[in-house]
Amino acid sequence: MAKHPVTLTVNGDEHDLLIEPRKTLLAVLRDTIGMTGTKEGCSTGDCGACTVIVDGKAVTSCMVLGVTASGKEITTIEGLASDGELHPVQQAFINTGGYQCGFCTPGFIMASKALIDENPDRTEEEFRHALGGNICRCTGYTKILEAVLKAAEKIRTTA
Amino acid sequence: MKSFAFFEPTTLAEASRLFAEEHAQLLAGGTDLVIGMKAYTETPESVISLQKIPGLTGITTDGNSINIGAMTKIREVERSADVQQHHTALAEGASEIGSIQIRNLATIGGNIAHASPAADTVAGLLVADAHVDIASAEGERSVPINELFTGPGQTVLAPGEIITRFRLPTPASGSHYIKHKIREVMDLAFIGVAAAVNLDNGTITDARIGLAAVAPTPIRAREAEDLLKGNAPTPELLEQAGEAAAAAASPISDLRCSAEHRREMVDVLTKRTLQEAVARA
Ligand SMILES: Cc1cc2nc3c(=O)[nH]c(=O)nc-3n(C[C@H](O)[C@H](O)[C@H](O)COP(=O)(O)OP(=O)(O)OC[C@H]3O[C@@H](n4cnc5c(N)ncnc54)[C@H](O)[C@@H]3O)c2cc1C
Ligand code: FES
Ligand code: FES
Repeated sequence: MAKHPVTLTVNGDEHDLLIEPRKTLLAVLRDTIGMTGTKEGCSTGDCGACTVIVDGKAVTSCMVLGVTASGKEITTIEGLASDGELHPVQQAFINTGGYQCGFCTPGFIMASKALIDENPDRTEEEFRHALGGNICRCTGYTKILEAVLKAAEKIRTTA
Repeated sequence: MKSFAFFEPTTLAEASRLFAEEHAQLLAGGTDLVIGMKAYTETPESVISLQKIPGLTGITTDGNSINIGAMTKIREVERSADVQQHHTALAEGASEIGSIQIRNLATIGGNIAHASPAADTVAGLLVADAHVDIASAEGERSVPINELFTGPGQTVLAPGEIITRFRLPTPASGSHYIKHKIREVMDLAFIGVAAAVNLDNGTITDARIGLAAVAPTPIRAREAEDLLKGNAPTPELLEQAGEAAAAAASPISDLRCSAEHRREMVDVLTKRTLQEAVARA
């Protein structure tokens, strides 16, 4: 089937690509562009491992056709650090040990970043609920939540 | 996923023409379609995106009426102050869908057009007496939401017909939605119950009850509504309304729970939904 020309802006860099319409954004990021930080867990929208931020909104990239992301601003885990400094959410995950095998971590970090950007004043319960679409197979949720709350506090106080 | 030709029309007429072809499927937010294509339960030869057609997104008010474009994201429906205030049951239903990442993609048009009996926005739209505006290359028409569904996954939409918006004419003074589920998030409704009431001096002047996932299509519980109208919302009356709603249900047994349990729960949940709707009115 005919490939479509698309321009994806990923972490500020433009990529002019020819892609098949059936390729998901997740597959384009990982296989076509070669950025493997974004993970594929379930591939059915249930686990959140593939979460990226598109035009400011966290979405499961396994549910998005790559062709429909043309012209949009995409941020992946690779784009969070700036000037050699980790993003506060990344740093908080390291400081609290908010990961075990690490497979769910990029998705959790991207989902948390979008939540904190939207409203850093959520309660623990609200963050827990809002992160319900992210699953950690190693079940380290306590530390993950601790990391998110620490990052939110840091961002609140430095903003 | 099977290969398909991809189209991004910029007018409704063009989209309708393409969608009227055989083996064509519409793409809104993609959260039902992409899953279906991955599972090979959907194998369209052409996919027509609605995302580039202007005028299909957003929530506007027109007098008392609230209009919601079919391509409006579920997350926007959930967070709209107008929807929260005047159609609380719909805002609550929207907030129950999947995760935030799914709600940032999914549209209200897709939730309704997919016609799952368990769709979480359907009960809220039923009790809002929503009109569904539909466009095709032939012209436009509007159907009341309770006449849209003909069976699980089935609607009155003809090939080429596209939902453009939902018009919610009557604000309720109080409404509420309860999703009966096991997990806090990321679960499908065993049952969805919405109730909307208008109260005047302690008397129910209007009552609407919408039930999802308890019959082949979403339904209104008209007998229960008639019991309520013109009366004070006493505990006994709400009890009777629950029983009447349960009698209107024709649930199935499936892997998730039995028909008996579903019917029993319609009774209980209708009563609880009404209590909350009355308290808010
Ligand atoms: C992980 C996950 C969890 C979910 N949880 C829930 C849940 O808890 N509750 C719930 O109700 N749903 C749930 N869903 C289902 C889905 O997210 C919703 O039904 C969603 O609203 C569908 O909208 P969409 O825009 O993504 O539809 P799409 O997938 O883009 O479209 C589906 C189909 O609907 C038709 N269609 C779409 N728009 C129109 C239109 N404007 N006019 C005519 N036909 C149209 C087309 O046939 C199209 O193929 C879940 C899905 C996933 C992946
Ligand atoms: S891989 Fe996308 S949600 Fe699991
Ligand atoms: S750290 Fe292993 S899946 Fe979460």
